[in-house]
Amino acid sequence: MVIAELRNVTKRFGPVTALAGIDLEIARGQLLALLGPNGAGKTTAVRLLLGLSTPDSGAARVFGRDPRERAARTRIGAMLQVGRVPETLRVSEHIRLFSSYYPKPLAFEATIALTGLEGLERRLFGNLSGGQKQRVLFALAVCGNPDILVLDEPTVGLDVDSRRALWRHIRAFVARGGSVLLTTHYLEEADALADRIVVLNHGRVAAAGTSSEVRQRAAARKIRCITALEEPEIVAMAERVSVRRDGLFTEIVATDTDHVLRRLLACDPGARDLEITSAGLEEAFLAITETKR
Amino acid sequence: MTKAIWMEIQCEFLSRLRMPRYSVPVLAFPLMFYLFFGVILRNGFLGGVAPAVHVMCTMASMGVMFAPLMGLAAGISAERGLGWMEVKRASPMPPIGWFLAKFCGGMAFSAIIIAALFAMADTLGGVRMPAGQWAALGGALIAGSIPFCVLGFVLGYLVTASGAPSMINLVAMPMAFCSGLWVPVQFLPHVIRNIAGFLPAYHVAELSLALAGGAGHGSIASHVQALAGLTMAFFVAARMVWRRDQGRVHAG
Repeated sequence: MVIAELRNVTKRFGPVTALAGIDLEIARGQLLALLGPNGAGKTTAVRLLLGLSTPDSGAARVFGRDPRERAARTRIGAMLQVGRVPETLRVSEHIRLFSSYYPKPLAFEATIALTGLEGLERRLFGNLSGGQKQRVLFALAVCGNPDILVLDEPTVGLDVDSRRALWRHIRAFVARGGSVLLTTHYLEEADALADRIVVLNHGRVAAAGTSSEVRQRAAARKIRCITALEEPEIVAMAERVSVRRDGLFTEIVATDTDHVLRRLLACDPGARDLEITSAGLEEAFLAITETKR
Repeated sequence: MTKAIWMEIQCEFLSRLRMPRYSVPVLAFPLMFYLFFGVILRNGFLGGVAPAVHVMCTMASMGVMFAPLMGLAAGISAERGLGWMEVKRASPMPPIGWFLAKFCGGMAFSAIIIAALFAMADTLGGVRMPAGQWAALGGALIAGSIPFCVLGFVLGYLVTASGAPSMINLVAMPMAFCSGLWVPVQFLPHVIRNIAGFLPAYHVAELSLALAGGAGHGSIASHVQALAGLTMAFFVAARMVWRRDQGRVHAG
């Protein structure tokens, strides 16, 4: 059952199109990761789902309602990228305040346990470490016992241990039956947490699928060489291949580079200056995008 | 809902109180000036009341001006600029609680300043008044902080977080001077006395002086009227900046 969705949503900021008609559905109990490089439109999508901004066309719906309605907001918990949080309030005060906004919040102790904040209740927010601060922001998102959590880059800037700790708490929320929409630009993070990954690039859905499907597709490598072959011939060699010209060189991004390479050398024995590297995430996304066309 | 509002007010007050760069100057300056001008230099009479009383009234007026201006303007601009407001808006926070917390916070600090000044005036300044007169004076001064709460709200939407303290001082310092809070109005040039009539701090100070038994300028009713009018004008401005900001956040 779909509990939150963006339907054919377009959002522009002046000349920049942040989202170009995307569809997004989050089902009950699902952890959906919105994966993409910076500027892909992830934060815009999150803000629309939270009712912090309105689409130019299309619609955002949470439990069938406009997310700006209070009835929708009481079922959402949000964790946003925030520059500064009031530092002179205690962890307990922050949590109790946010709990008071919701009709059926978790018990205070349950929130503390669910977010690993035991022993930090009396600390002022300003005196916490980066990882602890993120866990408090996470606690503010879960304390109202929401049905869906929206987390915008929850682990950005955290060290490995803090990141894994937060992952554990996110999994615990899902284990209790909650749904999560999470944005990230770490493939590893999406892979570790998500049931389903939607890859966003330049405001469009570049790919969508289960974690292993996307990972497999995104595990692309790049062949760089000088070859006489034309682009259509190379694209036809295998599935999920994208080709780019760089001066004399041709750059081929593909998931099955072994196969492509064999075909390439068979068709053009004169190909030279061969170089194979693992493709960056952005290029891997590009490979995914090419197959969709 | 009531609980959320009450928690919001508590948290606003506590977070301000624990912020020394806010609470220390806001609370200490009026008391310090009172000590200098109301206690140490208290010989002679100003406008029919002893300096101990006169300075008590003007410093209380300064307190009820600075505390809400600093609290609301600096607080709101910081919350807006650094994304915290967004977190709150994404939550089901009742906006009314947020408004009330800001206003009650400003008024609570005003009340603390007034209470401390009164205690100082009673013990060190030797000011004697019937209980009813203390109460009327205190009540009027706390109510006198309302226009500054609204003005602080407006400024909070007009200034940036980093520019807030200097912008607030740029508004408040000249207003304090022109309103006769530092130098009694009768010693100010005519031009400035004409401006004073448009300043809320002038009317709060004159109102408190009149209630404390001084021969003020203008009647109590005229000051109350002026303050009500100014507060209404600030409310209109507050509504405008609030609306504009909502629109902007939705668009951006």
